[in-house]
Amino acid sequence: MSEHPVTPNPEAVLIGDAMTGGYGTGADILHSCTIAVNKGEIAVIVGPNGAGKSTAMKAVFGMLNLREGQVRLNGEDITKLSPQDRVAKGMGFVPQVRNIFPTMSVEENLEMGAFIRTDDYKNTMEQIYTLFPILKDKRRQAAGELSGGQRQQVAVGRALMTKPSVLMLDEPTAGVSPIVMDELFDRIIEIARTGISILMVEQNARQALEIADKGYVLVQGANRYTDTGQALLADPEVRRSFLGG
Amino acid sequence: MDFLNALVLLGNFVLIPAISYGSQLALGALGITLIYGILRFSHFAHGDVMAFGTMAVILVTWWLQGMGVSIDPLPTALLALPVGIAVAAGLLLGTDRTIYRFYRKVKAPPIVVVMASLGVMFVVNGLVRFIIGPDDQNFADGARFLFTVRDFKEATGLDEGLGLRWSQLITIVVTLAVMSGLFWFLNRTRTGKSMRAFSDNEDLALLSGINPERVVAVTWLIVAVLVTVAGTLYGLDKSFKPFTYFQLLLPMFAAAILGGMGNPLGAVAGAYIIALSEVGVTYAFRKFFQYLLPESMEPSGLMQLLSTDYKFAVSFVLLVFVLLFRPTGLFKGQSI
Amino acid sequence: MTLRHASYFLLMAVLLVLVGVLQSWSVAMGLLNMCLISAILALGVNIQWGYAGLFSVGTMGFVALGGLAVVLTSMPPVHEAWSAGGLGVLGGLAIGVLAIIAAVQVHRRMAKGWARLAVQAVVVIGGFFLYRAVLDPAVDAIEGTNTAVAGYLGGAGMPVILSWVVGGLLAAGAAWVIGKVSLGLRSDYLAIATLGISETIVAIMKNEDWLSRGVRNVNGLPRPVPYEVNLQNNPDFVAWAQSFGFDAVEGSSIFVKACYAVIFVVVLALIMWLSERAWNSPWGRMMRAIRDNETAAKAMGKDVKKRHLQVFILGSAVCGIAGAMLVTLDGLLTPATYQPLRFTFLIWVMVIVGGSGNNWGAVLGGFLIWFLWIEVEPIGIWAITNLTAAMPEDSGLRAHLLDSAAHVRLLTMGIILLLVLRFAPRGLIPER
Repeated sequence: MSEHPVTPNPEAVLIGDAMTGGYGTGADILHSCTIAVNKGEIAVIVGPNGAGKSTAMKAVFGMLNLREGQVRLNGEDITKLSPQDRVAKGMGFVPQVRNIFPTMSVEENLEMGAFIRTDDYKNTMEQIYTLFPILKDKRRQAAGELSGGQRQQVAVGRALMTKPSVLMLDEPTAGVSPIVMDELFDRIIEIARTGISILMVEQNARQALEIADKGYVLVQGANRYTDTGQALLADPEVRRSFLGG
Repeated sequence: MDFLNALVLLGNFVLIPAISYGSQLALGALGITLIYGILRFSHFAHGDVMAFGTMAVILVTWWLQGMGVSIDPLPTALLALPVGIAVAAGLLLGTDRTIYRFYRKVKAPPIVVVMASLGVMFVVNGLVRFIIGPDDQNFADGARFLFTVRDFKEATGLDEGLGLRWSQLITIVVTLAVMSGLFWFLNRTRTGKSMRAFSDNEDLALLSGINPERVVAVTWLIVAVLVTVAGTLYGLDKSFKPFTYFQLLLPMFAAAILGGMGNPLGAVAGAYIIALSEVGVTYAFRKFFQYLLPESMEPSGLMQLLSTDYKFAVSFVLLVFVLLFRPTGLFKGQSI
Repeated sequence: MTLRHASYFLLMAVLLVLVGVLQSWSVAMGLLNMCLISAILALGVNIQWGYAGLFSVGTMGFVALGGLAVVLTSMPPVHEAWSAGGLGVLGGLAIGVLAIIAAVQVHRRMAKGWARLAVQAVVVIGGFFLYRAVLDPAVDAIEGTNTAVAGYLGGAGMPVILSWVVGGLLAAGAAWVIGKVSLGLRSDYLAIATLGISETIVAIMKNEDWLSRGVRNVNGLPRPVPYEVNLQNNPDFVAWAQSFGFDAVEGSSIFVKACYAVIFVVVLALIMWLSERAWNSPWGRMMRAIRDNETAAKAMGKDVKKRHLQVFILGSAVCGIAGAMLVTLDGLLTPATYQPLRFTFLIWVMVIVGGSGNNWGAVLGGFLIWFLWIEVEPIGIWAITNLTAAMPEDSGLRAHLLDSAAHVRLLTMGIILLLVLRFAPRGLIPER
């Protein structure tokens, strides 16, 4: 079975529809790749190394040029917008590395997350402190001095400060211990329950699919399997090829 | 009594001069470290921009003096300071617009931007010499001493005296005001925090909606204040000569590196370390030891480590030590 | 080199000939000699920047060391001074060096901690005082001997040409020290460290009278070419000069300058030949590979720091040679004339304008920029005189502008550098 066309739910909050493109003027990395997230759901992009997982997410976020295809947020075509403008439209993005301001305090990191907001963001900050209580304790500490898992919490918290409708996470559990990973996934489920859609790229495919409402398995920049997380976990072919049996 | 005399002597000839010189350096080094943190290049035109801003202050001071304006005992130059800052800001924003912005856009390697700042250095140096000439200029007025060595001796009855010049007091007060203003701005205001964020992690700052051109412009404005104030204070305290300002580049850079490039508090600490070493190493300690040591052990020589001509070598040696043992600076670099 | 690039050199030659015709041949020859030295300096900086991408702003220091080498090599030794304090100075310097070596050894052999720091402090501070205790009286003695004409140790009394080699070696030694300290760190740290060493070297030369007579200068350095006076007293020469239509004074001046020019051309050609060989050798390719992608070169197992040190030393040595040639040409050492704008930053303009990474470009830049540096001033004065001609004779502004015209050349150089950097960053003769 090779790439198959994916028809996204037209009601989905965020749709990257049949995206084709690559970095700069280089060769195409994505080939008619479609990614969509429904409201309050968790969508996970998995696949082997070099499958274009992060690229697909960056395409949705406007960090590379699309030759074909479209990106829609809440029904609005945002294909031509810059990443900064997409943030203003309601997308939150947590890069894989360098995703905090290391010498600034935790609270200042959150403030910077709210930089484009003109209204009072104190409530949002309190919500984030409720979600990640450890951050409240360390609010005055420089973010760079925290542990790896705590830094990820700061990064996620910073992206949540704009009250996005979609939160995108690029390999949030890279380099953290299994315990921290579980905790982080719990938090992500909690965030989704508040109505924020989650789109994430994950190396730890099995664990990620367990919490996913929808899974996208990419191979060489194209959709290979698309189904609910549980269905993919149950699919013997997927298990054999991508989940190590 | 001898002990007190020795202390007063040290205060008069080492501590007070070093603190006021250190303050001037600190303001300059803060500018260097800010530019490095935000724009990520070593600003070689710093000394000459300093001379340019100071020149504007001097010209306005002369004009004010000609009009008979005076704020005795304070120097008239303080009144001219805002104009000088505006001129320096115009120059810096102008060079940014015409020169540096292009290299930002094409993402040129930092060393090319440094090279461009060499070009700016030449041009500004030429402009200063063209407008005001290469010679010493005197623009200090107002009262010279707050209290003189003699006043001090009469008041305390000690053999040694401590004089405090107005220029030194003004230097210290103004520096404190400017520095606390700057640190308040960086740590408490939204714009200041966005500058720190930009310096910390440029990509994430862009993602957060921080406008890089605004951050850069604000940085240049702050640098304009810092260099003009530093240059004017230095000129009041010592004298104005374009070449001397160019030479200040070395101690200012040494201070910034000593404190960790991109770290403002470090730059301030580095500046005082450099200044204290420079003054301390070139001061003749003979009299100081005469007070402290019994007569039989009194030193015969001047007890001067190095002649004053080597004061720039002091910053160089300190710089070498830092590069050898702690290249990131005494405090961690890259963080405004 | 293409036809277009060759035409640049032709144009340069025409400019020099024009100076000869319009001003005087003696001036033109003097200009040519300085152009040749500038070309060598530019080659030295190009080796550092063009080959390896090293940004050094200490050229002035290496040039000054070259100048000092001329004095140390070629001046006759001052025997009184040597007997007065020669041993003391040598002993003092030896103590200083030993103290530094001892401190380094302590650093290597003792475990990290307060004890090591304390021992090091004792060694360095004790060493310094001992050094001063031995050195100071010796220096006083030396500077007291026959102060009017000597007051320093003099040199080794060797042929002056040899000093050019010594100048290169001195500069190479200083470059080794500074390179050891600052290479391998961020690129602009090298710039600032070299700025520091050059200021320090010049400060030493200005203040250590026993070494270089300081600001009292050293006059009458030996020459590798005949003296004008001797030529003027030689009837054969006078007749020969007249056959070209020159009187004895002008003819002798031109002849002497021509002799220098011949020697300089030989040196330039030699350095040029070596530079080109190096550029085209595997070593040169490796250097460029490191310059263009340091990370990749490191990954391939190249010792980047060591290579950088090598190329930094070589480039500085070339600058030292040029510095020695310059002082030989002048016939006197004046430490106070070493100005960074003139001896460091101007050289950079030459390299950038000529074309960094191209030896021919560096040579062309050396010629062109030196020519402009000299000729912009009279042109500026001429321009301002004309521009202000309409102003009243006693106008203060006019007088000020005329007085300041000399500074126009700094401005011009800066603008040229900025324009080239922006619009033609590869220079007149780009890297192949």
